Amino acid sequence: MRLEPQQGERIDRSHEVSFTFHGASVRGFEGDTLASALYAEGQRIFSRSFKYHRPRGLLCCRGTCPNCMVQVDGTPNVRACVTPIREGASVEAQNVWGSLDHDLLAITDKIGGPFTPVGFYYRTMIRPRRAWPLYEKFLRNVAGLGKVDKHAGRASRYDVEHRHAEVLVIGGGESGQAAAREAAAEGRHTVLVDNGPDPIELEGVETIQGTALGTFEGGLVPVDAGLVLYRFRAGHVVVAAGAVEQPLLFPGNDLVGVVLPEAVRRLVGRWSLRPGTRAVVISADDGGLDTLPYLERAGTEIAEVVDLRETRVHEIAAQGRGGRLASVELDGLKVGCDLLVVSGGRQPAYALLAHAGARVEYDDGRGIFVPTDLPPGIEVVGPAAGETGDAAIPAATYNGAAKKGKCFVCICEDVTDKDVKRAIAEGFDSIELAKRYTTVTMGPCQGKLCHVPSIRLYARENETDEATIGTTTARPPWQPVELGLLAGRPHEPAQRTAIHHRHKELGAKMMWTGSWRRPHSYGDPAAEAKNVHDSLGVIDVSTLGKLIVSGPDSAAFLERLYPNRFGDMKAGRIRYGVLNSDAGRIMDDGTLARLSEEDFYVTTTSTGAGAVVEWFEWWNAIWRMDVEIVNVTGALAAVNVAGPNARELMTRLTDLDVSNDAFMYLDAKHAHVAGAPSLLLRIGFVGELGYEIHFPSPYGEHVWNEILAKGADLGVKPFGLEPQRILRLEKMHILVGQDTDSESNVLEASMPWIAKLDKDDFVGKWSLEHVLERGFREQLVGFEMENGVVPAEGGQIVIDGRPGGRVTSARWSNQLDRAIGMAWVPPNLAEEDAELTIKVDGSVEKARVRLRPFFDPEGEHLRT
Amino acid sequence: MSFLLPCPNCGPRPVDEFTCTGEVTVRPKSDPTLRDLTDYLYFKNNVAGVQREWWCHRLGCEAWFTADRDTRTNEVLSVEVPAKK
Repeated sequence: MRLEPQQGERIDRSHEVSFTFHGASVRGFEGDTLASALYAEGQRIFSRSFKYHRPRGLLCCRGTCPNCMVQVDGTPNVRACVTPIREGASVEAQNVWGSLDHDLLAITDKIGGPFTPVGFYYRTMIRPRRAWPLYEKFLRNVAGLGKVDKHAGRASRYDVEHRHAEVLVIGGGESGQAAAREAAAEGRHTVLVDNGPDPIELEGVETIQGTALGTFEGGLVPVDAGLVLYRFRAGHVVVAAGAVEQPLLFPGNDLVGVVLPEAVRRLVGRWSLRPGTRAVVISADDGGLDTLPYLERAGTEIAEVVDLRETRVHEIAAQGRGGRLASVELDGLKVGCDLLVVSGGRQPAYALLAHAGARVEYDDGRGIFVPTDLPPGIEVVGPAAGETGDAAIPAATYNGAAKKGKCFVCICEDVTDKDVKRAIAEGFDSIELAKRYTTVTMGPCQGKLCHVPSIRLYARENETDEATIGTTTARPPWQPVELGLLAGRPHEPAQRTAIHHRHKELGAKMMWTGSWRRPHSYGDPAAEAKNVHDSLGVIDVSTLGKLIVSGPDSAAFLERLYPNRFGDMKAGRIRYGVLNSDAGRIMDDGTLARLSEEDFYVTTTSTGAGAVVEWFEWWNAIWRMDVEIVNVTGALAAVNVAGPNARELMTRLTDLDVSNDAFMYLDAKHAHVAGAPSLLLRIGFVGELGYEIHFPSPYGEHVWNEILAKGADLGVKPFGLEPQRILRLEKMHILVGQDTDSESNVLEASMPWIAKLDKDDFVGKWSLEHVLERGFREQLVGFEMENGVVPAEGGQIVIDGRPGGRVTSARWSNQLDRAIGMAWVPPNLAEEDAELTIKVDGSVEKARVRLRPFFDPEGEHLRT
Repeated sequence: MSFLLPCPNCGPRPVDEFTCTGEVTVRPKSDPTLRDLTDYLYFKNNVAGVQREWWCHRLGCEAWFTADRDTRTNEVLSVEVPAKK
């Protein structure tokens, strides 16, 4: 039912659009919203209310109230009144048990009153305790609005965009546009954000259709523009957010047919719809009166107009039939009507200012809260500043003595004036506490329609004034926002080594280590480990952090950073180093190769590179020594070849003399490997003769391929991280972060030889000395299980029935034919052969302490 | 925490680009008493006011610098890159 075409209407009658509502086809026009098209087809009830399942219809028509929230194509809580019509959309009502017209849970409205008062869920459904799972299931089902489709795929992509503006104007009304025009005329880069339905065009101003969600420090304003979240940094923010039309509190104020003025203006003016046949207007300001010409145009009979500035009304009561307005009683005078336009004045939308730190003050002359004491960099203009025109202060409620139905303070959460009174009677006299108890202002409108009326009611019931009651803290977001928009597009940085694709081709099972992707194994970790012991394995260790530290002070610098000694190291030698914090805690470990008098090549753990570079740079910002630190982690790839056949392989790949005498254990040498300029480190993390080859990343696949080709007859096979973990555990080599935590130090981690306490100073020295003074509290030891069961990592060491330690690593070793591991134990148990009892799956298993590497304790394999 | 921090090299940048290691402390000279050591390691002044802090522009120029920041307002009064000795 549309009116005759009229000037200014926003619908294009030549362009039909159709969608479905509960499966039935609905036709509207281009320019309609979902709500206006449904309204044109006679739909008046749009949802059922939160608690009492009362029928609700269009109230604000501007995206503020919860009444028209529907499910659109699986997305819940879409406000139909501001969502443009879309061909083929599937729309369904929310919070409905049964149908919109006959809701089964509406029974709570009839009989639930005494049983479901404010906070009932804190008091009822508690006993018997055993029944709680049933209660919970029921409550979970009835609580909340809308349904999230757990199986829905990602239908839309959200993005985040960082933007800058010299001046950001929020709100595109008259005052907002004026402010934007003025700023642009001054030549300042100006952006205007408006959430109105019509696009705005202003000379020299960029306009964005979206909603500012809040203002944060540093001029940060997130703007919700549908599928894009703009993170605006603004030099100057102008808030022109306008004012929000306020409802009046009287029995039946939620009936379908009770509307705020803007609903009339939009229904008639934009969509040529008749909002009712017979109307009553009750207005505290010009807002209600402004609708009169619209009502006339729509042919709505105007039965009664009450201007609260001129007429005092004590009682208002609306009566309905089937949830729809039928009549209204004004001080006992009954007027039949199907439309009641109410306006309780306009409240400045100060939330964005309050986020920024502005104060809010009650203006008792006008009955509104106005922003004051604005922080620098933010400005307010127009109605948001308090320019809301002449208005009467409405009564807290227009309840009569007789019971004439529920009077809603908060329509989002179905809180009545009685509920508020009850909360006060129970002692919730502070507005912040009462808010949390009654949930007034905590619904979808976020207080836009209930904040001021509830404060007014609090003031009256507490026999004080609104200024004393004060406001609750305004917090972002100012408008509801989809969680997807806040999450943005998932950006999970993944680092791949230069050899990544070869691993994939070889069937590697990949895993995360920090942001790196690494092969867990190539299918059979035990066989891969065995191959290293028996013949030859190759592992991609490009993920190791790699730094070059050079300069005249480099040796002295590293000596100050590490507990180790490096000054006496000859060029071409390697040492294992453990990095400590000044509190003596282990931060990272790796190898340090002295390349020349002034140059060191430092490796770190795979995840530690960034932190180590930062740590080095920080200390040097303090010490200001003559060193340069360069992070070459990404520039260099690295592989480790290990196993009895490693030397034979190396002779095939390089001209360098790799005989044991020429290239000893812990030597570092430059050479070409398979043609690639490389740094060779003879080290053995996995316990067999091994060479770590570092070379420019672009050679990654080439060197890898050459190793596999030239070593084919030597039995070379790639091995992943899991077999490496078995192998290193056989050698009792620690993994920082696995065997150590933020409390561990090198002394208790059984590496006392690392800490050269006779050095003058190093980072962590004093704390380590203190550890010696106070004595050890625990110690890291190896253990082997007596019956071969592998305990869980993190498992408990049990001493006299109580937890006394913990397992940090445990694996089955085929090589040793034993279950082995490492654990933190009390110092008195840190003795060879001491007996440990370890909890494994509820039972307790025996283990023996081992202090020396399980495999090749003398390191003969490494030195051959 | 969304304020802008003026990096001495890059100018004002969002604070999430930086690492902060807290207030500038004085490392005790040598052989500190346990009390001096724990004071240095664990006890911060934590002033409500201006304090000097270490910051690193981690996602930018990677420089370490000190900033005088008012902890109440997050206003940064000055920044300084330590001079080379």
